[in-house]
Amino acid sequence: MVNDVLSRMGDSARYYTNRQQIIDDIEVGTADAADAAGIPVMTADEIEALADIMCAKDRTVGITPGREVVFTEDACIECMYTDNGNCGNGVDMGRLEASLIMERSMAMDSLELAINDYSVKAVKPLLANEIQALEEINMLMTVPYFYGSMTNLGIYYAPDGPHGNPADLMREFKVDEAREAAENAAIQMADDIVYVSTALMKAGAEGYNFDTIGSAGDADFYGALIGIKKLREEYPNVYINTGMSSENVLGIHGDLEFEGHQLAGIYPNEQVKLCEMVGANSFGCVINTNTSKSSAWNIARAVTITKDCVKHANIPVHVNQGMGVGGVPMCECPPIDILSRANKALVELANVDGI
Amino acid sequence: MSVPHYMTSGMGGMRTAGDLVARMEFTKNMKIDAAKDYVAKKLGLVVEDLADVTVMREQRELQKLGLVTGMPGAPRGIVAKMNIEKVLGIEINSCKVVREQMGF
Repeated sequence: MVNDVLSRMGDSARYYTNRQQIIDDIEVGTADAADAAGIPVMTADEIEALADIMCAKDRTVGITPGREVVFTEDACIECMYTDNGNCGNGVDMGRLEASLIMERSMAMDSLELAINDYSVKAVKPLLANEIQALEEINMLMTVPYFYGSMTNLGIYYAPDGPHGNPADLMREFKVDEAREAAENAAIQMADDIVYVSTALMKAGAEGYNFDTIGSAGDADFYGALIGIKKLREEYPNVYINTGMSSENVLGIHGDLEFEGHQLAGIYPNEQVKLCEMVGANSFGCVINTNTSKSSAWNIARAVTITKDCVKHANIPVHVNQGMGVGGVPMCECPPIDILSRANKALVELANVDGI
Repeated sequence: MSVPHYMTSGMGGMRTAGDLVARMEFTKNMKIDAAKDYVAKKLGLVVEDLADVTVMREQRELQKLGLVTGMPGAPRGIVAKMNIEKVLGIEINSCKVVREQMGF
């Protein structure tokens, strides 16, 4: 068979392949996802449909009209003006200008205010400044305007925070101390979430986007769930978006439960149920990209896990499709050929409500 | 990355009815199809119109829901959001706080 299909690896390297190889990669990718998450593989029809998307001759592809979805984002206004290795464009401007450009020129369906140090802990000492900026920008923005940050439990540990670092403690075989430090840090993080988010809602924020939840493992997810539940109790009508950091929750503590549910190791189909339980309005599932595998393999994994998450969700699911997640290659500027293929696959085969 | 995502599957934000559909997902936990149905009914349109920039440019002007292009006298920002509240039958927190500050 002639290698006449242009495709990409998970690191975005270009290569030529053929339809049979694409189908083989899809079958292996969906089987890998099914094995990891304990969920069904893609059907034969879905495999053929994904092969059609991957083998399309056009440079970019698009969804069938009528299947359009809406977008959320994480600190994308920051990317207009930052230039510090975080994929920013480095165009000097303020957050108001960046927000209006994203709203009126980039067709975003929702946006958020954020600071450069995108962590709830870092917002706390700047809260008055953030409220002032929010009040001003709220006057001019029309699309749903969240405040957003990571939960980021990692910076509550030494040397950045007051709690012992579980990684250091475990290296010294102090497992009980490591777990205690994680639990205490999670409670402090939850308190900060409540303090920061309720102050912003009181000032008129339309919602809070909790981004990259679980980046420091199960204790990070635990603290986030506690904080979000309290925010929902105080503000029953504000928007709460919960976005994850990776496809499964790392068991750094290993034994934490939230209201009887084990957190370590759970995949999006279970993560979304916990986020629903604490009052989230939307959920951002993450499926990691493997840079050594083909995009066909990665997108098949993303479709398999996301489709099962959507099936179990009672709230809208916005799949993460930034750099290195959701079938998108891990690189700073994802090529539009493979980005559009990953996007179409997740919308049409996994039935997401947004991206 | 916003542009290729929009080109592939985006509703279009304020260019169309993307922000309105998004609000129904966040306000009522509606899935995408239910949110589109709800918004279309409230606007007096069919679902197919919601991502059509030609239809929605006119409708947003008529219903005072905020425009991406300049139109002297046409509301944007907080005024447009207060109109969106009425049309969709929802409460938006930024509008609620402004009303409280105004003593309403």
